[in-house]
Amino acid sequence: MELDKYDQALLDGEYGESRQKMMEILLALGKIYDAERFIPVKSVQVSGASFKTIGEAGLEWLSSIDAKAVVPAFLNPIGMPRNGWEELGIPQSFAEKQIQVNEAYVRLGIRPTCTCTPYYFSIVERGDHLAWSESSAVSYANSVLGARTNREGGPSALASALTGKTPEYGLHIVKNRLPQIEFRLDDPEAAKKWTNAEYGALGVVAGAIAGNRIPLFMGLRPNRDMLKSLGAAMAASGAVALYHVNEITPETRFPFFKQHIAEDEREVVTIEVAEVLDVFKEVEVSAVAIGCPHLSREEVTRVAELLAGKKTVMPFYVFVAEEMKVSCAEELAVIAKAGAKVVPDTCMVVSPLMDHAGAVMTNSGKAFSYLPGMCGVAPRMGTLEDCVRVGCGE
Amino acid sequence: MTLKGRSIAKGTGTGELLYTDTPISFLGGVDAATGIIIDEKHPLHGQSVAGKVLAFPYGKGSTVGSYVMYGLARNKVAPAAIINTECETIIAIGAIISGIPMVDRLDGDVSGLSGMITVNGSTGEVSTAE
Repeated sequence: MELDKYDQALLDGEYGESRQKMMEILLALGKIYDAERFIPVKSVQVSGASFKTIGEAGLEWLSSIDAKAVVPAFLNPIGMPRNGWEELGIPQSFAEKQIQVNEAYVRLGIRPTCTCTPYYFSIVERGDHLAWSESSAVSYANSVLGARTNREGGPSALASALTGKTPEYGLHIVKNRLPQIEFRLDDPEAAKKWTNAEYGALGVVAGAIAGNRIPLFMGLRPNRDMLKSLGAAMAASGAVALYHVNEITPETRFPFFKQHIAEDEREVVTIEVAEVLDVFKEVEVSAVAIGCPHLSREEVTRVAELLAGKKTVMPFYVFVAEEMKVSCAEELAVIAKAGAKVVPDTCMVVSPLMDHAGAVMTNSGKAFSYLPGMCGVAPRMGTLEDCVRVGCGE
Repeated sequence: MTLKGRSIAKGTGTGELLYTDTPISFLGGVDAATGIIIDEKHPLHGQSVAGKVLAFPYGKGSTVGSYVMYGLARNKVAPAAIINTECETIIAIGAIISGIPMVDRLDGDVSGLSGMITVNGSTGEVSTAE
């Protein structure tokens, strides 16, 4: 690989032993993926934030590192809310370890945003190179914002945070971002009435077909929250890190992209609307969970409108970023007044909160895909309106 | 004799060869406290990786496997070195953060080597004592 002076100095240990190790990690990645050089990244999102996943050895490794982030770096959701974990029944032994993990990251200069939606709190511009980890955030950054990131693991993201660099391969390179499979709906008219939940269900179906290929959707007009829902679900049911919606997502407006779509052949798959609606099977549930990925401001407002003046009759969780909790305090107060639990920093998938819930209703295609495997509960897909109706016993 | 490969994680390690043609998942596959391979379906089940030159095709399973390798090193039961046919990120990162010398893409067959083997992760060379 071609190294500039700074890269070489990092590898030679001139910026300390920790950064030297970090650069060795990035160099190994560069070799594995045949990168020709390193490029600077604008921001980093670090996964491996829950003690549940990284364990004692992960915590020890983090504690052994002595360097600070040189670019803005955000932490993924953790295994519990930083405040009020006692009331949610999180065991003390787990909480103590989780707090040590958080402290280790803060010491490394990683901002404890504890969210899967860092794009609500940082400026990401089209064409920016990032090193983000969480699959739905990677999908949103690549697809909706037109930034460029591979899906990083915890250590490689941390390595980019502490050095500011990443090897240039995969989705950092424009020619690797073109669509490889095309999806159409048998009845595109039906999609005009869709909410975030139907887009999530479409993601469940399409992700399983796409695998790790880059999909292009034709004939849809989703808004940003619908795109978030679609992408998160495809990253869970498949390994989709980038997708395009023709005439909607930014890269489909590039002339070379239009030319490629017109001239290049690819597999075309027609998804039936009936298949998408089939995801919404009715199941008796004992809890409702909203906020996977963490809610946008618009979504918080909508949940508050629907819950205003109502009372929940079963555990009703609303997951948000702590920073959203601060900026949408009024709406979240309405939600809490209805008896719903507003939980920051974590989510239904990475916390132990759903583990004994039996069956859980959600409007998220991503949570729908992960709840059985990660929490051992039966999932039910519903629109936000249906989630509120069921959660309030109507 | 000496084989030449690609440097992945620097440093030098010497030990007996522990060879398998089956990929290894460190998470759930190797006990971080003892270094013993606990995956019952793996041909090396019950054997210890501690102090060995561990040769296998490539890693598989969860990325948390990198931390299991770090745990092995902390508990002083890590392999002396790792040889992969074609390395991927879990094992490469695990080897680097744990200080385990590692090479891949050797220019000859490692399975038949015997005696003490030295892996130089910095130069990519693998040599036998004879």
